[in-house]
Amino acid sequence: MKVLVAVKRVIDAYVKVRVKSDGSGVETQNVKMSMNPFCEIAVEEAVRLKEAGVATEIVAVSCGPQQSQETIRTALAMGADRGILVQSDEALEPLAIAKILKAVVDKEQPELVLLGKQAVDNDFGQTGQMLSALLGWSQATYASKIQKADGELTVTREIDGGLETIKVKLPAIVTADLRLNEPRYASLPNIMKAKKKPIDTMSPADLGVDAAPRLSVVKVTEPPARQAGVKVGSVAELVDKLKNEAKVI
Amino acid sequence: MDFGLSDEQRMVVETVRGFVENELYPLEAQVERDGELPLETGKAIQRQVLDMGFYAPNIPEEFGGGGLDHLTFALLERELGRASMALSVWWGRPSNILCACDAEQRERYLLPAVRGDKMDALAMTEPDAGSDVRGMKCFARRDGDDFVVNGTKHFISHADVADFVICFVATGEDQTPRGPRKRITAFLVDRGTPGFEIRPGYRSVSHRGYHNCILTFDDCRLPAGQVLGEVDRGFEVANTWLGATRITVAAMCVGRARRALDLALDWAASRKQFGQTIGKFQGVSFKLADMATEIDAADWLTLAAAWQLDQGLAADRPIAQAKLFASEMLARVTDQTLQIYGGMGLMDELPVERLWRDARVERIWDGTSEIQRHIISRDLLRPLES
Repeated sequence: MKVLVAVKRVIDAYVKVRVKSDGSGVETQNVKMSMNPFCEIAVEEAVRLKEAGVATEIVAVSCGPQQSQETIRTALAMGADRGILVQSDEALEPLAIAKILKAVVDKEQPELVLLGKQAVDNDFGQTGQMLSALLGWSQATYASKIQKADGELTVTREIDGGLETIKVKLPAIVTADLRLNEPRYASLPNIMKAKKKPIDTMSPADLGVDAAPRLSVVKVTEPPARQAGVKVGSVAELVDKLKNEAKVI
Repeated sequence: MDFGLSDEQRMVVETVRGFVENELYPLEAQVERDGELPLETGKAIQRQVLDMGFYAPNIPEEFGGGGLDHLTFALLERELGRASMALSVWWGRPSNILCACDAEQRERYLLPAVRGDKMDALAMTEPDAGSDVRGMKCFARRDGDDFVVNGTKHFISHADVADFVICFVATGEDQTPRGPRKRITAFLVDRGTPGFEIRPGYRSVSHRGYHNCILTFDDCRLPAGQVLGEVDRGFEVANTWLGATRITVAAMCVGRARRALDLALDWAASRKQFGQTIGKFQGVSFKLADMATEIDAADWLTLAAAWQLDQGLAADRPIAQAKLFASEMLARVTDQTLQIYGGMGLMDELPVERLWRDARVERIWDGTSEIQRHIISRDLLRPLES
């Protein structure tokens, strides 16, 4: 089974994000960038499927600027076999990325596409679902466990208040949730091998995709600063405040 | 000229940084409190690093190591330098000098060290022979094909967890116009060899949990097969392989200084006095500017020295300059970090006081600052002497 994994280059999850002074977006100059943590989980799952003899080839694909190649290299160092960079310096929206991925799927004919459930930069959480709709494939989102049987996958999904286990027919789209696995550290031999693995570069136009934005950003602002808490003198005062001020009991 | 990292170097740095922050930082408080790392915890770290194929990254691939060049290895050491040495010692980097092993010694020492089956330590210093290494009193006399060793070594880092020690011992003396001069030989000495004892050392102010040991030789008999390199040529072996070790000291200082700067920045941007964050006061902000500038300077000196070594260029002076500047920079940066934290910086609730304490030894071991200045100035003046 050939597996396609989508990986996105985002501001490192541990960096404090700053809003640009003109409110047009967030500062990305001189900011550490990394692979989106949920994409890392998706790559790890693909590599585990390959180690289990389920996957035969893993293709890592990223849509974004030239530097996204670094993100693909990281996926290759984790164990992906080759990469595809769909290069675009424009900000790509979920629908544009879903269309690009559909074109890549048409070309590559994988049986399974793994994605992160969302990217930690814009938190859209839409790409996997849109791709599934465009392809007319089954989807299993927010996966915390994936098992393959004949021609289908059994996927455990994280839903509000519990878990849901579903079966989907292949080919399918699966998006990875936090608890699907714990990504490995790239091994030194794999880091060295990653250099020799091929990365194809193409543009959205090469794939016949119109990636022009449909949305416009009106304004980006910092979240409001959190108010400091108060100390209460006694349990009675606490209960009183919970009852009358917070109105939660 | 290219000052950027290759994709491989970037991934090495990111991987090691991730490991250090996620796997080692959480263990540090316990190590500091106990002054001790449980052996099984150390072995678990070692196991993880072996599984990552990152063990013995400095040893050539032909011997099963990672085969990193000096520059990439310096980048790795820089990241490891962030963590407590009691922990990072288990990210095994066997001494390069083991590459001088002959075919038979390779099987017994080099390859097991690369596989993580055996840990090595290196013993040069003695109570009466610090910077004056040739003043060593530890002596091996010939007895047939064997050597019989007597004497004491001290300050021997991590010998408590070593399975064998590379020991430098005097094997004779030459008369020269400048007085007697000892001939030195390197020996491979197994833990458990009769007459050889590894004893606990002193409690050091720096690097808690990373122990120094005292080694004693009492009529310890070593067959000729334990000689590393050639008899009486111990310093030649050391000079061929150990120059690179000083770069690792410099690199670790740079990494640790960056961690200190990150802590200082966090504090300067959040601690409020007189109605504003203290980073807004020039007295604090200029400190930060100087710290960052000095760290970068030490970083480039270190990487440039490693690069020169990779190019096969004479690197003694660049290495000495990097070791000198990086270790002294670390002292200033950790001291200023503590000053920015004020009283809180002295409390063991935070890693600041530890970084400050740990910094002190870096100006002393692997050649004191004074020895480094001697190496540098001698190199500068030698061509001008008549």
